[in-house]
Amino acid sequence: MMNKQQTKNLNEVRAMIQRHKLNDYIFSIIGLLCLMVGLITLLTLFIDLILQGYPKLLSLSFYTDFPSRRASSAGLLSALVGSSLVMLVTFLSAVPMGVMAAIYLEEYAPKNWFSDLIEINVSNLAAVPSIIYGLLALGLFVYILDLGQSIVTAGLTLGLLILPVVIVATRESIRSIPIAIREAAYAVGATKWQVVYDHVIKYSFGGILTGVIIGMARAIGETAPIITIGALTFIAFLPPSPVTTTAPFLNFEWLSSGFTVLPIQMFSWLSRPSEAFHVNAAAAGVIIILVTLIMNGFAIRMRYKMRKNIKW
Amino acid sequence: MMTSTTPVKAEARNLSFFYNGGNNAVKNVSMPLYENKITALIGPSGCGKSTFLRCFNRMHDLYPGNKYEGQIIMHPDDTNILEKNVDPIEVRMRISMVFQKPNPFPKSIYENVAYGLRVRGEKNRRIVDDKVEEALKGAALWNEVKDRLQDLAFNLSGGQQQRLCIARALATDPEIMLFDEPTSALDPIATANIEELMSELRNKLTILVVTHNMQQAARVSDYTAYMYLGELIEHGETDRIFTRPTRKETEDYITGKFG
Ligand SMILES: Nc1ncnc2c1ncn2[C@@H]1O[C@H](COP(=O)(O)OP(=O)(O)OP(=O)(O)O)[C@@H](O)[C@H]1O
Ligand SMILES: [Mg+2]
Repeated sequence: MMNKQQTKNLNEVRAMIQRHKLNDYIFSIIGLLCLMVGLITLLTLFIDLILQGYPKLLSLSFYTDFPSRRASSAGLLSALVGSSLVMLVTFLSAVPMGVMAAIYLEEYAPKNWFSDLIEINVSNLAAVPSIIYGLLALGLFVYILDLGQSIVTAGLTLGLLILPVVIVATRESIRSIPIAIREAAYAVGATKWQVVYDHVIKYSFGGILTGVIIGMARAIGETAPIITIGALTFIAFLPPSPVTTTAPFLNFEWLSSGFTVLPIQMFSWLSRPSEAFHVNAAAAGVIIILVTLIMNGFAIRMRYKMRKNIKW
Repeated sequence: MMTSTTPVKAEARNLSFFYNGGNNAVKNVSMPLYENKITALIGPSGCGKSTFLRCFNRMHDLYPGNKYEGQIIMHPDDTNILEKNVDPIEVRMRISMVFQKPNPFPKSIYENVAYGLRVRGEKNRRIVDDKVEEALKGAALWNEVKDRLQDLAFNLSGGQQQRLCIARALATDPEIMLFDEPTSALDPIATANIEELMSELRNKLTILVVTHNMQQAARVSDYTAYMYLGELIEHGETDRIFTRPTRKETEDYITGKFG
């Protein structure tokens, strides 16, 4: 009697577990489907681009030629150089500013309603559509500061665009440093600046770098703000080289040079009626995606490497 | 008789402490720390032991809104270390601290110990090397780590990490060392090591240690203070406190009737 009762209960428990497991099963199927819809769509697109663009992708002259009226001899050179130089300006403007702003906000700013307000607004800035940044830049950099429709204008615009990303990533990384580590540093007599310099910056470096690279990966594909400030679509020259063979070996004329960037080059080819140019556009698209993927991969790797020695 | 002849290294005078929200966690405590002695601070959880201890290195200054009242006088210079015009950094250079959980920096063993010297701007490699060795010996860790000073501190065991933190606190020749439950995260053997170490350190400096463990207080300390609800109930030589406490509350606590 007693035994039978127990067996019955056990069977009930087993049935219940089975039912719950079914829920797990159903959910994982739905989740997988959702994942697939996203992934497969993107993958199809990417493969399609490769299939369309592969004749160009495989030819060296595509990377060493200027744009041309003839699709067959049109190349990416000025866009590649333009994108690199613009990214350089973006990096040099957004990183120091973003990191310093974040350190100030986390370590020095008094915590009150005003800093809360700033905090909310910084996060909101990250969500502002990029074309708005383009308008801002057109007004500020092109008309007021008279920097022209140049590399420096584009670089600063994209710098502004990714500034919130850098700030947020840096702050999060700083916040993850345990209080115990800070107190340990203060307890041996460190000043605030020593704590920031010897500990905060060093331990949050991986997180900062990740934020910077992800921001840059976003910036490299940005088209709208660049169009707004007036990038050229047909550039058959290179900006003056930043490094020269004669003293002082650095040259800043390139900053004020006209330019084009990868997504704009792609867009301009795409808007040609001739089918032949679409091959070029597809190839340019593949390059943009690859650059972005490589940057993200690099960010993940750096993060892993930096965090290996840090356990929190 | 010991009490009257032993010099006082520091003393709290009518010390009160208020947390940001106004929480009065330490109430009008007056208590001496005798030179080259170990004073143990005992009392139930939340009675304000850590709060009191952290007044001695002005740790509360790191967070806004905290307020001290009263004085902590340090001898022989009779400085009131709580005074506004005394820089908390100066205080922390004289009074070092070991925390409850080992908290080494994610740096090498060597750099952990050297950090206090780096902060003071010591650049001479020889001097730093010597000090690091001396501190690690002082913390009874030298033999275990001398061949791997460049290893990451995280790779040490919990007990070793705590001794590393003691070495870090020791490297700058502090006058007083504060310990906040230094063994509560350690196993019995590591605990015994730390206790032995504290007994030895006593020859060099003055120690204030918070502990939850009554046996530990009885084993290592020369003086014991019992706190309850932010107030100092009783302070005296450890032997006396544990055999003939004058206050009923103290007796109840140490005999386990309460707490
Ligand atoms: N940052 C803080 N802000 C406000 N109140 C605090 C803060 N830290 C501690 N307290 C309060 O102050 C009182 C004393 O806390 P404290 O940490 O000094 O106790 P303790 O004796 O060290 O306890 P334990 O033995 O559990 O470590 C407690 O009531 C606690 O809640
Ligand atoms: Mg405590």
